[in-house]
Amino acid sequence: MPTLNDYLILSAILFAIGTAGVFVRRNLITILLSIEIMLNAVNLSFVAFGRSLGSADGQVIVFFVITVAAAEAAVGLAIVIGLFRHRESLNPDSFTSLKW
Amino acid sequence: MTLFYLFAAVAVIASLLVIAQRNPVYSVLLLIASFGALSGLYVLLEAPFLAVIQIIVYAGAIMVLFLFVVMLLNAPHEETEHDEKIHPLRRPGPMRFGAALAIVLVVQLLWALTRIGEPAAFEAAAVSSVRTLGHVLFTDYAFPFEVTSVLILVAMVGAVVLAKRDSRSGGTSAPPM
Repeated sequence: MPTLNDYLILSAILFAIGTAGVFVRRNLITILLSIEIMLNAVNLSFVAFGRSLGSADGQVIVFFVITVAAAEAAVGLAIVIGLFRHRESLNPDSFTSLKW
Repeated sequence: MTLFYLFAAVAVIASLLVIAQRNPVYSVLLLIASFGALSGLYVLLEAPFLAVIQIIVYAGAIMVLFLFVVMLLNAPHEETEHDEKIHPLRRPGPMRFGAALAIVLVVQLLWALTRIGEPAAFEAAAVSSVRTLGHVLFTDYAFPFEVTSVLILVAMVGAVVLAKRDSRSGGTSAPPM
């Protein structure tokens, strides 16, 4: 049987992949996808901890995380559409109007 | 145990390919594969309801929204010709910083996890019934649940306002972008 540590190590690896994706990619949509990977890594640790403690709280918190992820995806993608209309580009380096 | 390694390998490889792909359409499809593997892990953790939610809501709704936007924008390829010519050590700062941060993060987390020793297999009884989950959700977490509904309403209105094309050219009702 896999132990709690196995799930936590997998969660750590997935979170690191998501972190790397946010910094390495130059595409707004891929950056949002990397954020989803990070959210899912954290969800996995919540469920694993809840299973380890025999508590339902871990799973309930994952519901809230999924809801917030849905809201974040809706607003984030709307912002991406708005940005693309202005600059015809998805490269975050081309949005430097606020840079002093 | 074999199933765990199978699902873990699928999740990690698919996630790595998500950030290695040039084409966002493939990235989204690979992320769906990764979510499927995570759903299998939830089944192994005896959380079947979450596994179903993961497939229906995440893979079925959120990822389709992403796919929809990728196809709507019709800008599949990243401008990487410029980056390809540069030596990896001369890439822009954020890239090197991000790669280093990811490595440091993995090392730190693995080090912390090896310090706590190897715990036994799960001893506590699993909470897997939807009835228990619903009871907890609507009693202990009733207030966060209601706040979540407000959050979704705000997100819906915000998405409509942000994505709305300005009907009157030069009108002042456009969101400040």
